[in-house]
Amino acid sequence: MSADFYFGVEVFLNGLMAGVMYSLVALGFVLIFKASGIFNYAQGIMALFAALTLVGFQEGQVPFSHLINAVFGTEIHHFGWHLHAFFAIILALGVMVLFAWLVEKLILQHLVNQEPIILFMATIGLAYFMEGFGDLMWGSNVKKLDIGIPQGGNFWIEEKTAFLGGEDFYGFYLDTLDIYATVIAGLLVAGLVVFSQYTRTGRALRAVADDHQAALSVGISLRAIWVIVWGIAGFVALVAGIMWGSKSGVQFSLSLIALKALPVLMLGGFTSIPGAIVGGLIIGVGEKMFEFLIGAPLLGGATENWFAYVLALVFLVFRPQGLFGEKIIERV
Amino acid sequence: MTAQQPQSYVTSDGRTIGPPVMEMQNITLRFGGVVAIQDISFDIREGEIRAIIGPNGAGKSSMLNVINGFYHPQEGRILYKGGERKPMKPYQIAHQGIARTFQNIALFKGMTTLDNIMTGRLTHMKTSMLSQAVWWGRAEKEEVENRELVEKIIDFLEIQSIRKTPVGRLPYGLQKRVELGRALAAEPSLLLLDEPMAGMNVEEKEDMSRFILDVNDEFGTTIALIEHDMGVVMDLADRVVVMDYGKKIGDGTPDEVRGNQDVIDAYLGVAHD
Repeated sequence: MSADFYFGVEVFLNGLMAGVMYSLVALGFVLIFKASGIFNYAQGIMALFAALTLVGFQEGQVPFSHLINAVFGTEIHHFGWHLHAFFAIILALGVMVLFAWLVEKLILQHLVNQEPIILFMATIGLAYFMEGFGDLMWGSNVKKLDIGIPQGGNFWIEEKTAFLGGEDFYGFYLDTLDIYATVIAGLLVAGLVVFSQYTRTGRALRAVADDHQAALSVGISLRAIWVIVWGIAGFVALVAGIMWGSKSGVQFSLSLIALKALPVLMLGGFTSIPGAIVGGLIIGVGEKMFEFLIGAPLLGGATENWFAYVLALVFLVFRPQGLFGEKIIERV
Repeated sequence: MTAQQPQSYVTSDGRTIGPPVMEMQNITLRFGGVVAIQDISFDIREGEIRAIIGPNGAGKSSMLNVINGFYHPQEGRILYKGGERKPMKPYQIAHQGIARTFQNIALFKGMTTLDNIMTGRLTHMKTSMLSQAVWWGRAEKEEVENRELVEKIIDFLEIQSIRKTPVGRLPYGLQKRVELGRALAAEPSLLLLDEPMAGMNVEEKEDMSRFILDVNDEFGTTIALIEHDMGVVMDLADRVVVMDYGKKIGDGTPDEVRGNQDVIDAYLGVAHD
């Protein structure tokens, strides 16, 4: 086998791991869409906000310090302590749950029985509000997120696989962070599936996703379920924020990962958790392999930016409900 | 009329009918200018099968929706288990022991028969979300206990063979049965059935009638049902409320109602003045 072949395999593996990162973001969309039929435009911002909050707690930053300093003429920025990553994550999770509760209390509660487009617009408003609020709370400078996950090429894998190729093959180059992300995403999905299949609250979540009226009639409070769902989506956003933030720093562009989740959702369907995973993998592998095989040699490269959308478009034409989505058959 | 009846009595087939568990007093429900229910009063006694009948658009389903809290009447009082019931959300009313089925089946179509009926137990399950998440101690015990009761209901309704089938794939008659199972799983004090036999063939209707009678007889469950098939209603019900154009035009035993001229007119379509 030539080194080119092994390089192709490496691209494939990297594609799979990039796909997992997309899936992480798509998961948050699916959770909320399934339970309430809302396409949550703010999911990307939630990941950014969660990451900002995590860094803020970890570094001991004073929230709203710019505002406080401007109003009172003070010069405070830091509490002067650093928090262990574990506790910072717990606190950030607490903030996301509080956020979920506020969203239900201040927005969703007043929009019950409204058209999906109205709810969608509300989440757009929410997204821009949170963007500004995040800046106000933690400042808009680019921040480094480090919770102790090692980064860079994994030498162990590189050394152990070097024997496969010939003289000019030095083993697979895989980023350790990506490997961690893959494992964590796998655990997260397994946890979500077990929770929704085998617990009472999980059963209630699925019930609400299926039929609101029937759910009410068996004693399920829709509002409680919405808080739980948004809380879980906040948790998923936090995990996505940690992974993406560790990779490329915490800054506004982090919220744009939501755009990468769109083609994943079109592929996997808006209502399927396995769909979000498989969709993410297909997009990740697809765009990397396309760039490697066709894009770079024939089209001058930079195909990764648009390939996912084209692939999703093709899927939309032939299978509008996505790979795993529910086919909607209307009785005429 | 209720005042003249004894507090409790025994029917000809040996079931004990108790005092009223629910009393609707002067209920009026409007949607904008449309009056769906106009000044209706009736009661539902413990242990009885109470039917609500009437032509299409008479307001029967609206009445059921008032009882389980989907609609809130503009006027009138609802007494439940002796006290006045304040306006509540439907899920709170479910926790008070009122379960129901729907005219157009409202099952959780993606879930199995077993899971659907298990949702009926939600009002009886209390463990916190955290202990469920780690599947710890009480959560597991609770799940097992509730599962036992659900299995009994499955046996009772003779749907063992479809326990693991997603209900969306089941034929209509079986879906109706699963929906009844889900309502029964709540062990309700009052069971509301909205046209339990609509769209069924004769055989399915006979099965469903048998289940309704058995539920009432074996568990002593109080049932209020809406039904179009007059033959079925007359066989099943202890007492019947007849509605037409949002008003009550008859109330009594099947025999009394059958002889009521207003009722006959409503069903034969005599012109309204």
